[in-house]
Formats: sequence, structure tokens, C-alpha cells
Amino acid sequence: MSSHDAPPTHGLSTSPATSLAYHTGTWRTERPVYVELTPPCQLACPSGEDIRGWLGAAQEGAPGTEKAWRRIVNTNPFPAVMGRICYHPCQEGCNRGELDEEVGINAVERFLGDAALAAGWALPAPSAATGRRVLVVGSGPAGLSAAYHLRRMGHEVTVREAAAEPGGMMRYGIPAYRLPRDVLAAEIQRIVDIGVVIECSTRVTDLAQAQRDFDAVVLTVGAGIGHHVDIPAGAAAKIVDAIDVLRETAEGHPPMLGRKVAVYGGGNTAMDAARTAKRIGASDAVVVYRRTREQMPAHPTELEDAIGEGVRVQWLSTIAQVEGERLTIERMELDEDGRPHGTGEFEELDADAVVLAVGQDADLSLLEGATDISVNDGVVAVDEGTMMTGRPGVFAAGDVSPGSRTATYAIGRGHRAARAVDRFLAGLPMPAEPPAREATYARLNTWYYSDAPKQHRATLEAARRVTGFEEVMQGLDAEHAVFEARRCMSCGSCFECDNCFGMCPDDAIRKLGPGLKFEIDYDYCKGCGICANECPAGSIDMIPEIK
Amino acid sequence: MTTVHIPFMQTGTLAVGGRLLDLEERSVQSQADRPSSLTKGHRACQGCAEALAARWVMDTAVEESGGKLIVANATGCLEVFSTLYPESAWKPPWIHSLFANAAAVATGIASALRAQGRDDVRVLAQGGDGGTVDIGLAAVSGMFERNDDVLYVCYDNQGYMNTGVQRSSATPPTARTATTPAVGKAPGAPYGQGKSMPKIAMAHEIPYVATATVADLRDLESKVRTAMSMHGARYLHVLVPCPVGWGTSAAQSIALSRAAVESGIFPVLEARDGEIVATHPIRERVDVEEYLRPQARFAHLFKPGGEEGLERWRALAEANIRRFRLTEATP
Amino acid sequence: MREVLEGSQAVAMAVARCRPGVVCAYPISPQTHIVEALSRMSRTGELTDCEYVNVESEFSAMSVSIGSSAAGSRTYTATASQGLLYMAEAVYNAAGMGLPIVMTVANRAIGAPINIWNDHSDSMAMRDAGWLQLFAMDNQEAADLHVIAFAVAEELGMPAMVCMDGFVLTHASDVVDVPSAEDIDAFLPPFRPLQSLDVENPATIGTMAGPESFTETKYLQHMRFLDAADVIASWSARFAERFGREAGGLVARFDPDTLDRSATAPPAKWDDVTVIAMGSVLGTLQAAIEPMRAAGAHVRLVGISAFRPFPTQALRDAVGASRNIVVVDRALELGAQGVLTSCVGGALVGTGSRIHSVVAGLGGRPILASSLTAVIQRAIDGDLRRLEFLDLKEGGVPAPSLGATEVSR
Repeated sequence: MSSHDAPPTHGLSTSPATSLAYHTGTWRTERPVYVELTPPCQLACPSGEDIRGWLGAAQEGAPGTEKAWRRIVNTNPFPAVMGRICYHPCQEGCNRGELDEEVGINAVERFLGDAALAAGWALPAPSAATGRRVLVVGSGPAGLSAAYHLRRMGHEVTVREAAAEPGGMMRYGIPAYRLPRDVLAAEIQRIVDIGVVIECSTRVTDLAQAQRDFDAVVLTVGAGIGHHVDIPAGAAAKIVDAIDVLRETAEGHPPMLGRKVAVYGGGNTAMDAARTAKRIGASDAVVVYRRTREQMPAHPTELEDAIGEGVRVQWLSTIAQVEGERLTIERMELDEDGRPHGTGEFEELDADAVVLAVGQDADLSLLEGATDISVNDGVVAVDEGTMMTGRPGVFAAGDVSPGSRTATYAIGRGHRAARAVDRFLAGLPMPAEPPAREATYARLNTWYYSDAPKQHRATLEAARRVTGFEEVMQGLDAEHAVFEARRCMSCGSCFECDNCFGMCPDDAIRKLGPGLKFEIDYDYCKGCGICANECPAGSIDMIPEIK
Repeated sequence: MTTVHIPFMQTGTLAVGGRLLDLEERSVQSQADRPSSLTKGHRACQGCAEALAARWVMDTAVEESGGKLIVANATGCLEVFSTLYPESAWKPPWIHSLFANAAAVATGIASALRAQGRDDVRVLAQGGDGGTVDIGLAAVSGMFERNDDVLYVCYDNQGYMNTGVQRSSATPPTARTATTPAVGKAPGAPYGQGKSMPKIAMAHEIPYVATATVADLRDLESKVRTAMSMHGARYLHVLVPCPVGWGTSAAQSIALSRAAVESGIFPVLEARDGEIVATHPIRERVDVEEYLRPQARFAHLFKPGGEEGLERWRALAEANIRRFRLTEATP
Repeated sequence: MREVLEGSQAVAMAVARCRPGVVCAYPISPQTHIVEALSRMSRTGELTDCEYVNVESEFSAMSVSIGSSAAGSRTYTATASQGLLYMAEAVYNAAGMGLPIVMTVANRAIGAPINIWNDHSDSMAMRDAGWLQLFAMDNQEAADLHVIAFAVAEELGMPAMVCMDGFVLTHASDVVDVPSAEDIDAFLPPFRPLQSLDVENPATIGTMAGPESFTETKYLQHMRFLDAADVIASWSARFAERFGREAGGLVARFDPDTLDRSATAPPAKWDDVTVIAMGSVLGTLQAAIEPMRAAGAHVRLVGISAFRPFPTQALRDAVGASRNIVVVDRALELGAQGVLTSCVGGALVGTGSRIHSVVAGLGGRPILASSLTAVIQRAIDGDLRRLEFLDLKEGGVPAPSLGATEVSR
């Protein structure tokens, strides 16, 4: 062969993937950044549950069930209870409601709670013992929540309960058809199992002594006294408090109310009382309420269930007088401000008993003489940040303190009180809480979510349920629970859909592996913004590049 | 607890991947170790859908061929932004010859492989709408009618973007380009011109013709897979929004593709041996305005005098929906 | 085996015996007989492991060839005239990409006016495309040149045109000894591409060059092109050694007296008129000059075998001390002279030669030996002008016919 001075011509060839030498990141004027925003469900949850987090785990099916449950009990030790009785404000907040129907968060929570009870999973073990002792007065949701969290932090916790059984309003205020007692007992037992001491039938009467015996005291005595209104009534009139009806029924000796029962009030307790009345023998239960359906404080599902069971409601009505088995009802009308006023028109209603469900009052007898602990509007005043009363070392949470009187709120406040006590015992102030950025619906790219209807829990036929206290709502089975969990849009948080990774025209996103999410390669990212635009969960921000 | 199959995924197959999917159900693009046949460092404009589509197409083709894929590329944006000497953003063996001849070069490669007995190596040709619908049409048509064993992919951005946004025969009516300016009595590209390359491909009765967009990765990947499972001439036409040429923000490329499909403007379909066998049904019907308004090239349609143009677009969408039955799911 | 064959058949047989992997062509006169024969052989099994591809244009023919050559197969195509121009862009491209495609150009005029007959305008139009151009003077050389062309092209990584006069050679029958497949197998190494599209060793071929690298790319292409002269000479010498006849090379020398082709023929002398030409007209010149020599005229004949790269040194060596040069040229550089004349002028610059351009045989006009004899004699006599058109008719082109029917007004 001949020798050649010049190399062959290849029309300029080069080696593969040599473009890595060219860093297109310098073109960028905006950079994508992954963010974790707070979803509206969590913002709406008084217990402060990481709902998106545990739904995410539940989406994995069987392998994720325990993980999901553990994320719930990180804040709330009562998933099986709350999965039944919570009015789930989270679901009102759920962004999916704007797309089709909100996620059935509550149903999934119950599924997880029941799965945990069936599997016998234990609550997390306490941290190393601190040697500090805390007394919790009352064993309702606030008290047990506070006790649970304090125990996890390593403190010795004693709960003293005046009643014979623990649970507070969960036991004595909520009918068994909504919350089976074995479920409640099992979730309370789990708290006992990690070392919380519950002393029942032990009324605390001396706060000063309690403070000497313990390093801190948390008051969670609830609001178990029926509120009274003045109704002109004859001697033969049978008027009882709803809270007493519920408690006595819960204790196993329901009161005799007769065939016809009128319930006076419009809250959830009124609904419970009316439905309970039907279960303990009333053929006719009428709720008498001063205002309209729109104004009724009872949760709509409670009202619907009550009506479904045959409870009647007499709107815009007050009980003007009770005479024997005869009620005089005055028709009301609303003024321009929506307030009811008597019309002077009357009618009569037959009732064997009148059940008053017009609110409950806190039992503040323990605080008699404690002038340093102030009481406003019938409840103990606390510092909003520290949950502490006017007396150092004494905290209050739940219905005895200001705020919503729901179990979920009580659990959240109990948790907060536990954190506050822990800081108090350590001599530290409460840490500042970063402001939450909400993952709004507008941030989402909902195109990517599959169409899927909510899985409704089956409800027992109304005719069947009024005969007893068997549970009305059936839980989801595993398949449907996972399905429902998978309807969660993971608002504001990456759920590893791979859109950013797959849709980057510049191949400038690295996938770090399951659970590890993604990383943007700023050497090459040109800042086009497709990743942010196509992120279903709205969890990428584009921020101006500062050169 | 028993394990049950849960058919519903959070995002179904609409998103690129999802941690809930079984491995075998995941898209190629969702894999951390995907081929990335068109890798980082290329110089496509921000938000370039052609760069995106090319990686999607080629990665799937690379996987389907077991890594044995040779690519012939027409002159155009795709070639220029990926191979400015001494850098190349391509990983598979890749050749660029001329503007009009990618299909013929691919035929040559396929013929050589056949002569060499290398039936394990597959050939893909690709180009823009100019290189396919206009200047390269003869070569593409020749490759089709001979039924050469080549998958030809056209990335259609509806104009000569590389040379500064001039009109091609894939430019839609009313679109403003540098050679169909939005001035005078009939602003933008004229009515009654242009041609449908998918229909031309179908007229050749080649084994496989499909259209796709970057709005639906799974659809596109499955079409590439289908095409790669077959031999003979196959044609894939991918709509690729061009932020520069269309006058849109870089972030909108996928959203615009979606609007093109959901409005009925761009029918997504599959044909075998010249007959349509499947059309992708519209999921959430939107008005043509959702597609047109974000594009500066159609800005004159939203000014006084643009109403008629807008109505003609609506009529076009309606005609597509009727003709391709876009509101009916294919069995 | 010596046999009477049409030029096209001889070429097709030689090409087939070179075992191309891909043959791709678009039919155009006068190349058709070659590709018809190859397509037939690809079906009869005479041509094995070869894909014959019918395409829709010459542009695609060259493009398919680019693809198949880049994919590592020995590749052959053939064209002529308009076809060569139609593929022009791809012709340049193949050279730029360094693809050793071998292409027969059955030389033919370029329209308008359309004309299917022979001259060299087509190859000349591609003279700067980066292809080797090897011109055959007869059918034997046409067949032989293809063997040499594959060897040279593949060693260099550079495409080669084998140019043979349309009809004059392609359609003329002659006694030809087409090298046997066995002999070609022993002579021509298997194709080992310097670079190919290989899934095991992927490369990006055909990148874009900016101003910072384009000049250097072209410079290297130029240097490689200069190397080609030695490679052509070397393979031609080896061919002569193995097959016992001359073919190819850079220039063809002819014995002063017998006018037979002879590599050892002496250079021309100071008092010789040297006639330079390429292609089949060399045969006519042999016939014209032999009797002139016998009559004592001082005339020598030199053939250009390799038009690209232009064999400057070999030509100067063959011309020797002769300073009276007549170039018989089958292509016209409008407004100047014959195309070959310009190249010869460039090669002999500084020698003080008188160079006469005789433009002959355009569009298939027969070149008569007697006309050539007359022109050479005038050169000897010193009254040949710098540019002449052989047998140019007085009065130009006849007036167009008015047609058979009258147009009523």
C-alpha cells in the first residue's frame, strides 16, 4: 500500500455524547427548584395530620399499610376512632373536590386504623426516660393525645379519669353505632401499652397537690355538663339533657324517654340524641331547631344519616312551653341578619320527653380558688402559643379550653400541649413555626390525574340500623382503600411521577431512585420551565436566576 | 392481608412514570438508566419539543432494537443543534448527509445491512417537516413505495424554523411566518395550501403510519414500539411545538401539544396498510382558542377581523373530529 | 476470457466480480445497459450478497449509496449527464464524507438543448466535487478501471468516477477480457471501511463545521486528494503486473511509431506537436497519428487517464520538451476554451508552451480521423488558432421549422 501524508476525510465525524462539554446551563434566566408545600387537607386538619404523607404510603397497597399507619400515629394515636367519628374538615379542603370529588381521606384512615388493630401493631416505643412526671386530668381525646405524645417524649405520664372508663366524650358522648366500644378500647389500650398509666374513677380535686406530685399538669376535663335553657314547664314535664341520655346509654342503662321524643338543638349532639332515642325505643324523634338547614351546626352527614333513619326536623321552631306530654312550638322567622325571631304563631307537638341539646359546659370545679387561672366564656384561658394557663406548669387542652369542640381539634391541641409541656420541662421556649405555603389548586396540573370516582363507604340500610347500636358505616376493603388513597393528588409534593425527568428536553434532570426523587443538573438546565408547567402536584417553582 | 391488583394509578398512564407502576409497565423515559440517545449539552432552544420528541422516539427505538440502531438525520434544527463540531449530542451511530435525502440514506444503510446479513441492526431516519414534506418528499415517497425496512420519523414544527421561521407546506393556514407575514388582506399562510404527510404516507399503503405528540409520552412510545416490531417502511409523524417559531413561552410546548389534540386540530391516529385502525379519542374537549391564543403566530386571529379565521379553525377541528371520530373511543 | 462484449456488459461483469454489497441506480441513457445487466445478475444469482435498489431519482441513487457505503458495504452506482447534475449535491457530499463509492459516468452532453449523445460536459461539471475521475479510452480499460477504482477509492476513503464515453463505448461491442472473479478476489482486498456506522463503535458522522474548522477540513481533503496520484499509479502498476495489460494510471503514453499504449514510451521531443486528449477519442487519434508518423510528421499522443486528481507532474514528464500542444477537448468552458485545455494550461504553466484548444465531438458529433489529421497538420504548420471548433458548420444552427400546420389568425 502507498503511504499517505494526509488523514482520510470523514466529513467531520466525532464521538458520541461529546456535547457534555457544552454547558447549556449558562443560558438560563430562571431556574426550577423543587418545593414542598403544605396541602390544604393538612392545613384543614385540626389534628395536623400529614395526610398527604400517609395517603402516599397507603397508595403502595399492602407493603405501605403499616408505614401509612405509622405516619398517622405520629400525630394522632386514634386512626380507627377518628376514621369513624371525625367530621373530616380535611376533605372540605381537598383540592380533588374541585376536579371531581374529594378524596375519602377519612375512609382510608379508618381502613388503616382497623388494619393496625387487626395486625396488632404497637405504637412507637417511648424515647429514653427523662425522669419527669406529668399528670393529665381527664382521658378524653385531648387528654389521651397529650398523654401519648408526652410518653413518646420519654416522660412518665399518669392520666386520672373521674369516670369508670377512659375515653371521655368518645365513650360517653358518641353513640356506639358511630364508634364501636371495642375499637375505642383497643386504641386506648395501645396507649396504655407504651406505659401511660390511666387511673379511672379518680377525680382530681386538688390542683395544688397535683402540682406538688407532678412536674406539670395538663387539664383536659372536657365539657361534660349539659347547658340549660329556660323553658316554661309544668311539673309533669320530662326534660333531660342530651349528654346525659348519651352517657347513660353508653353506660348500658339507657333512660326511658317514651314513644315520642323531641330534641331541642341543632348540633351534632342533637343528631346523636335523636338517633339514640330511636334506638332506645322512640318511634318518633323530632328535632326542634330555631334556624334553617343552612345554618345548622350539625355536620351535614350527621343530619342526612338522622333523616335517613326517620328522624324529623322542625325548622325555624322554638319550644315555647312544655306542659306534660304537650309542647307548644313557636314558629320563627329570620331577620335580615339571619337571626331568628318569634312570629307569635304557635302550634302544638306531642312528646313524651324533651331532650335538651343546646350545648355543654366545662366542669371547672377543680379551679375553684385558683385566681391565677382565668376563665373566659366558660373555658380556661390559655396562652395560644404555649397552651399554658395563667399558672406556670398548668396547661389546658380540649373542650375545657377555647376552640372547636371536636375530637380532632382536641387531639391536635393535646399534641400541642404535649410539645409545650416538653419545652416547659426543658426550660425552652416553643420553637417558631415557619409559615406554611399552601399547595393551592391553581398550582396543580390536573390533566395528569386519572379520572376516578370516590369510593363511598357502604351504609347500612336505615331500617336496619335504628334497631340497635351496631356500626352504621362499613369500612373500605383493602382494594378500595388503596384505590381511594391513589386518588390523592399529592398537592405540593413530588410523588415521583417522572414527568420532570421524562419531559426535560435537555435531559438535565437526574432521577435519584425510589423515594429519593430528582435532582436538576444546573450545568445543562436551560430553564425552559416545562418541568414546572407539567408537574401535576405543583411542586416545582421557577425562580429568577441571579447572575 | 392479601395483595390485590389495583388498576387505578394516581396518574394512570398520563404521566411519564410513577412509583406505583410495575417495572414492566414503566415508560422508557421514566427509567433512571434510559438510553438518553440525545443527551445533554445539545443546543436546542429552550422548550424545544423536537429535542424532546427525538429523545423519546430514539430511546424507545434503541431499547426495542437491543441497542442496535443506526440513525440517518436530515439537515435541519435537529441536526444543527445536536452536532456542532467537535461535539455530538447523539449516542447511537448517527449520520447526517443532506437536507432532502435522509430517507434514501436510510435505505442505503438498510440495504447494506441486509447485504451483510445483519438483520439484528435496525434503521431509523428522521427529519423536520421541511426535510420530509417539502424537499425530501421524493426520497421519503421512494422509501415508502419500495417498502424499505426503515422507520421514518417526521418532527413537524410546521415551518422552516432553522432558517428563521419561513413557511413550509406543513405550515397551517393563517399562521404568520417570515414569508407569510400577518399583513394585508389575508394575513398569514393562505388557505387551500399545504399537505397532510400522514395521509400521503397512508396512500402508499405501507405497513404502519402513526401520528403522535409530545403531550402523550406513552402513546408515542407505544407507537415506536409497534413500529419497531414490524419490518418494512413505517412512518411516524410527531407534532413538535417550536417556542421560537410559534411565539410561545418555552414552558408551554407540552401544554400546546395537548391543546392541539384536545381541540381536534391534530388527530392522533394509527394506520396499517393504508387503513386507519385506531384514533386517540379526545379526553377533555377544548376550544381551538386554547391552542391558538398562546401562539403569537396567530395573534391576528384575536384582533378585529380575525373572527372569520377563528371560525375556520373551529370548522377544521369539527371536521377532524367528525372524520376521525375523535370523540369516540376505539375498541 | 476474451469475448466480444458491449462496453456496458463488460463494465457490469467487472463490477459484479468486484462483489459490491449494494448497487443502486436510476436509469438514464446511455448508462442503462450497465444497470440493467447488474439488476439481472442480482436476480440470477451471478451477483450474490448484493442488494440492487431501484430508486426514484439520481439524487436518491447517490444518497442510498452514501448510506450503504457509510454502513460498510462496497457500493456502486452509475449515471450520466442530467442525472449526474441532479445528484450533484449528493456527489459533493459523498466526497466530503470520505465514502469510497464507485460510479460509472457514461459521459453525455448536458442540456438545454437536451441531447443524449456523448461529450464530457457532465464529468467536467463535477470536476471539483472531490471525486477521482478515471477516463477509459476503450471498453477493455473501462472494465479494468472499475477494479482499480474500487481498490484506490477504498484505500483512500474517497469516491471514484469511472468515465466512459456514452454510446461510443457503452453501446459498442469489442473484444474484451473481463478479469475473472477469482483474479479480482486475489487482486482487490475486501472492503474494510476506514469508518462506518457501527453499533458496536458508534460515531456521529456528518457534523456541522463552523468557520473555525471548515478551512482545515478542506485543506486536509486537498492533501488527501494529492496523495491519490501515487495511489492510482501504484494500483495501476500492480494491475498491469497481474493482468499483463495497462489500464488506468495517471497519463497514458503511446509508442511514437506503433501508437500502441506504452508506459515506457519516451517523452515527446522539442520539435514534436503533442496531442493531448482523454476517453475514446484517443483511439481515433491513434488511427489519425500513426500514418502521419509513418510519413515523418513529428507528432506525439498523450492521454489523460486520471483527470482528477489532475496529473500535473506525469503530464509534464510525458510532454517532455514539446512546446506545441493540441488539446482535443470534449467539453467547453464557455467564453474561454475547452475544460481540459485549461487544466493542461495550468499543468504546463511556465513552460512557454503554445496550447491549442480543439473543441470536438460536442453532443455526439462524430470526430473524424481526417478532421483530426487536418488540425494536427495545421498545428505542425503553425496556423492552428488558440481555440477551434472541429468541423464547425458555416452559418450556425438551421432555422427552426415552422411546423406542419398553419395557424389560422
